[in-house]
Amino acid sequence: MSTTAASNRHPIRLTVNGEVHEREVEPRLLLSDFLRHDLRLTGTHVGCEHGVCGACTILLDGAAVRSCLMFAVQSHDHEIETVEGLGTAEALHPLQEAFRDTHALQCGFCTPGFLMSLVPFLAEHDDPSEEEIRHALGGNLCRCTGYQNIVEAVRLACRRQRQGDAHGLGEGAVPGEMS
Amino acid sequence: MKPAPFVYFAPQTVDEVMDLLRQYGDDAKVLAGGQSFIPTMSFRLAQPEVVIDLNGVEGLAGLREVDNGLHIGTMCRQRTVERSPLVARRAPLLAETMPSIAHPQIRNRGTFGGSLAHADPASELPAVVSVLNGRFRIRRQRGEDWVAADDFFISLFETAVGPEDLLLEVEIPDLAPGSGWAFQEFSRRQGDFALVGVAVVLELEGHVCRQARLALLSVGEGPVRAHLGEAALEGQPMGASLLQRVAEIVAHQDIDPPADIHASKDYRRHLAEVLTRRTLSQAVARAAAD
Repeated sequence: MSTTAASNRHPIRLTVNGEVHEREVEPRLLLSDFLRHDLRLTGTHVGCEHGVCGACTILLDGAAVRSCLMFAVQSHDHEIETVEGLGTAEALHPLQEAFRDTHALQCGFCTPGFLMSLVPFLAEHDDPSEEEIRHALGGNLCRCTGYQNIVEAVRLACRRQRQGDAHGLGEGAVPGEMS
Repeated sequence: MKPAPFVYFAPQTVDEVMDLLRQYGDDAKVLAGGQSFIPTMSFRLAQPEVVIDLNGVEGLAGLREVDNGLHIGTMCRQRTVERSPLVARRAPLLAETMPSIAHPQIRNRGTFGGSLAHADPASELPAVVSVLNGRFRIRRQRGEDWVAADDFFISLFETAVGPEDLLLEVEIPDLAPGSGWAFQEFSRRQGDFALVGVAVVLELEGHVCRQARLALLSVGEGPVRAHLGEAALEGQPMGASLLQRVAEIVAHQDIDPPADIHASKDYRRHLAEVLTRRTLSQAVARAAAD
């Protein structure tokens, strides 16, 4: 057993974006709230809090999961990646770059969830069909930008990935972006 | 939208789980993938005093071949089942169904046994495991039981797994030679709960149906077997007009679907008819190719 009932706080040790954290948590604390409030990693957004919107998607041991559908105490001994681990303002992740280049975000609330869902998808897909892309986006809701440009961003990121060109040079440029 | 407080246990063995279940009984709930359970806790529809987390319990996540089929551990992730070459080869109906369950993010965490023990009438696995003649290995406080699918699903969110029991694994037997199978569902958006879904397994001898198993989801209090439709198929030579007649029997006699904000009763009957006809034709074609 990992604890006694008396204190009802559990020590956990986990890795987030490569950094080890040790905390004590109440069992009912959702992983999403732990990331935001305890670790101050507020890039993980909380939309519906019941597993529908996908805004809180993170990587758990490399797999995309919803952080509002896990308790923080369950992340003990696991490795987590959040949007903060993807890139920096100076050096964006290729997906973030593709989102920027295709105007795939407007208010940006849903974006971290989309990005984290797409990281494993891109690792497995070089040249996905539109249907595959739309299925991959199915677990994330956007309520303002619309999905068309997000689909476009995935296509662009894949194209650049195929060309080993993460910086938007050459053929990877958005059609119509430069005349 | 925050769960009520509870006491948390993370046992490592099935014996420890059983001790905790005996000790706390109805006050305790086991936590598998949590993809349905944690939202109900967040909505405070469920407020268990004790949560027993199965994620660290040894030996519950296996997926292995046995002589007559597959044994899938209760904690085997849905994504693992979806991607298993073993499942694709020995239980193709299951492999075909898995991508219809919610989204990849849910299947990465959601478990095979968790979905079955939860027994949501809108979920795919209960209907599919029913037509596959699955069997459920349940650990009781005294001994173990193997329970057939027909006896496993009792009612809305109710199964043969009692408050002090634990579902250990599920057996998916091989299909008989000459079998055809299909699963189809309709939902408004990819990944949403289906308005109606149909799973079917047909055993053919030449053109004649020896045995049929047909189950629907989202039309009743659990997976709904279409016994009248099955009887209308058995002993009959397969043909388009028969399949259409069976689809009508299923939609108008076997089921009494609910009406809700998502679909009227008539619309669900319409979907059941269309999906039954389509799955039956697909199953017949597959059986012929077998």
